[in-house]
Amino acid sequence: MREITFSEALGEAMYEEMSRDPTIFTYGEDIAKQGGIFGAYKSLLGKFQGRVIDTPISEEVIFGSALGAALAGMRPVAEFHFADFLFTGMTAIANQIMKFRYMTGGQAKLHLVLRGPDGISKSAAAQHSESIETIFMHIPGIKVIVPSTPYDMKGLFKTALKSEDPVICFEHKMLYGLKGPVPDEEYYIPFGKADVKREGKDVTVVTTSRMVHESLKAAANLEKEGISVEVVDLRTLVPWDRETVINSVKKTHRLVVAHETWKRSGWSSEIAFIVQREAFDYLDAPIEKVGAYNVHIPFSPPLQDFVVPDYKDVEKAVKNVLGGI
Amino acid sequence: MEYDKEFLQGLYATMVRIRTFESKAEELFLQGKLPGFIHLYIGEEAIATGAMANLRKSDYITSTHRGHGHMIAKGADIKKMMAELYGKETGYCRGKGGSMHIADLSIGVLGANGEVAGGLPIAAGAGMAIKLQKKDDVVIAFFGDGASNRGAFHEALNWCSVFKLPVIFLNENNQFASTERVQETTSVANISDRAVGYNIPGVSIDGNDVIAVYETVKAAVERARSGGGPTLIEAKTYRIKGHFVGDPTLYREKSEVDEHWAQEPIGRFERELVSMGLLSEEEKKKIWDAAKSEVEEAVKFAESSPYPAPESALTDLFVDDAGYDY
Ligand SMILES: Cc1ncc(C[n+]2csc(CCOP(=O)(O)OP(=O)(O)O)c2C)c(N)n1
Repeated sequence: MREITFSEALGEAMYEEMSRDPTIFTYGEDIAKQGGIFGAYKSLLGKFQGRVIDTPISEEVIFGSALGAALAGMRPVAEFHFADFLFTGMTAIANQIMKFRYMTGGQAKLHLVLRGPDGISKSAAAQHSESIETIFMHIPGIKVIVPSTPYDMKGLFKTALKSEDPVICFEHKMLYGLKGPVPDEEYYIPFGKADVKREGKDVTVVTTSRMVHESLKAAANLEKEGISVEVVDLRTLVPWDRETVINSVKKTHRLVVAHETWKRSGWSSEIAFIVQREAFDYLDAPIEKVGAYNVHIPFSPPLQDFVVPDYKDVEKAVKNVLGGI
Repeated sequence: MEYDKEFLQGLYATMVRIRTFESKAEELFLQGKLPGFIHLYIGEEAIATGAMANLRKSDYITSTHRGHGHMIAKGADIKKMMAELYGKETGYCRGKGGSMHIADLSIGVLGANGEVAGGLPIAAGAGMAIKLQKKDDVVIAFFGDGASNRGAFHEALNWCSVFKLPVIFLNENNQFASTERVQETTSVANISDRAVGYNIPGVSIDGNDVIAVYETVKAAVERARSGGGPTLIEAKTYRIKGHFVGDPTLYREKSEVDEHWAQEPIGRFERELVSMGLLSEEEKKKIWDAAKSEVEEAVKFAESSPYPAPESALTDLFVDDAGYDY
């Protein structure tokens, strides 16, 4: 199968759906002239005249206008530039987009997508490194997709572009350049279907995004020590695939939940809660979490490395749930 | 010019120090020695320099992601700045912040800012504090043309106008907000036109003319110190370098940059001083050499400083750090 990058996969999803659906248009800061700051829109350069729009630095309007445009019959794809700048327009999302359909008794179909980069990169420091997908899982009213591979990026994003509900897509900065197999034929990946990225029998690691790759690396290392790790990539957090997770835990009896965001009250807490309730009798050890220390992402490389989790933290957590071998 | 030679050479020297620091930072970044990303102030030196010549140590500024020049002009320690750019323990933020988060509260620098327009509400708050404390200090809030399209800008202007706060909004219109030209994203020809909506004085000036900046800010500072409230000043300039070091700059032609380079503020001021007989070749060389050796010292200091201990990442969140669940 041919291989393309994560950002090319996003570009293809946009290209295919924009070609088919004239109501799709996309806008945000710095997207039209250089193909987006992380190159995600390179394949749209020079195409779709008037439907790829550079905007002022006005996040509240970037997000709020997506709601208005959706209500008026369009399918906007608004870019948030950096997940950190979701905060600067957060009221338009949390108070408007996420509440609108519910408050109005189900009148509206909010076919809109918010998308952009999140997560750490090389020393981008505290205001350009945020991964805050948990917040959108906590507040009701938006579907949350968190792809980890080019294949998932394309398939999930095509589904997002057909969704009748609002969707937010978090694309980890370190993944844009990642290559992976993507078929020539069109395909869609449904929301709420996890993907078992690696089968194993001793411990289940539930994860998303960049931490999928860290978990796979940990699993490969642990295999050499005779430990068999199953890596479950949730792919979407709202909705999330309870069935796949619980079935995996019923098989392995041990669970680690790994994400890049802060450990405290990260979405891992929700997964852990549901699993202990639904599969209590199957668990042979307390559930472990992997996440960042509860401080901001520091600038200096040794500090960032210390705060942000990687495969070593996954390995440690797996060993912990196995009883500290 | 009715200013004495020492004052004028002082302005020149500050601009030269900023230029030298920035050129070095660019070189170091391209050599892969600096982590993260940096935004250079090259070509905009006259604004920070002219503005800050009106301030005293107790006055405040809020800065931006393009903040090195503001820091230097306000009197920051170049060694600690450079060490922070390297991510070293001896840097201003002990390696936690980097270029975009340098602050020095001891000289009134209330932070660079990674959020566009993030400093403007902070400036409003410092203005409130000054007023409540019945002081005659002032605040200068630096911000870019792109920042003037954020709600925070409009809310802060209205706020400071209503409460008559001693805040000078100093817009650095360098014609670009990363890849976007100001005319494509901004409803007014002059950002100072926006002052009308907030019932405060607004003025546009040549931001590459250090004396024009000095005099315009002087009037605004005097008004602010005497209770006259805020002013919006637009200093028009041009961003000579990419948005950040490494920017492919596909959005403009090199010829456009070359044209503007001819107007860059240091060369311009230098020509004026020389023609007035206020700067000899020897004095000029002395100023550049001093800047160079100061910056080289700073690099040496930074390179010989240790990285912070990894566990120190768990300090500085709270005053009572101990015993928290990190
Ligand atoms: C709230 C917010 N939105 C977006 C960004 C990303 N960003 C960083 S700098 C920049 C352009 C800023 O332009 P301007 O205010 O004109 O300042 P300049 O870079 O020209 O000095 C953008 C969009 C950001 N840092 N903060």
